[in-house]
Amino acid sequence: MQLREIEDGKYWIIEVAGDVDASSSIHLDKAIDNALNAGIQNILIDGTKIQYIASAGLGVFVSRIEEFKDNDVNFVIFGLNDRVKNVFQILGLDKLLRIVADFQQAKSV
Amino acid sequence: MIHYYKANCHSENLKLIREFVKIVLGNLHLTENNLNQLVLAVDEVCTNIIFHSANNNPNKTLEITIVENADSLEFEIIDRYSGQFNPIQALQVRPTLQNIIEERRKGGIGLLLVRNIMDEVEVSHENCQNIWRLRKMLKNEPYSHSA
Repeated sequence: MQLREIEDGKYWIIEVAGDVDASSSIHLDKAIDNALNAGIQNILIDGTKIQYIASAGLGVFVSRIEEFKDNDVNFVIFGLNDRVKNVFQILGLDKLLRIVADFQQAKSV
Repeated sequence: MIHYYKANCHSENLKLIREFVKIVLGNLHLTENNLNQLVLAVDEVCTNIIFHSANNNPNKTLEITIVENADSLEFEIIDRYSGQFNPIQALQVRPTLQNIIEERRKGGIGLLLVRNIMDEVEVSHENCQNIWRLRKMLKNEPYSHSA
């Protein structure tokens, strides 16, 4: 898995590429932690290049749903391919997290 | 047909395990999503074994057997380690997604996924081995299986 963090105006974009599994999700976890600790209010996950996600990757997002609410953090995931989005749908996480098609939509949420 | 794979219990091998399952199931004409779900279910069980039973120790191994039946796929995953992880107890605990969200937990989702993906999930302890048995009925997926 590769990560890239990009500041774009008021948005903090975390670009994730490759496989997000139990061996790699810790790095994504840390990137989101850093953004939250820095007080960033608009965190966008660019999932365009995610090839695979396992529960460890989902856990990174799920464990923070309450924290995002508590701190009014606008957290949006965009660009997931059908295969990866389907993994979110298995447990209904697509209804609990904001998942949109692309960057333009992510900015308008 | 029966397919067998033995892997060292190290997290870096999860990708190889996924590749094995993907190759075995690749000729069954499953949809991309259904194939990925089966790969995911096996990956989740192996992740539990590698991290919790074998403590991510590459000197330890796990074994995966996939049996192709006319109407179902059977996945058997075996390890010989206990660590602090009791797979039988783990399968009995059934947290809801709401529990996990409220408790702000990162773990617990893996077995939820496995249960949702597979039609049957069992684990037993026999002859010093933990044996996971997962079954997916193919007749339940008329839209995905043309074999």
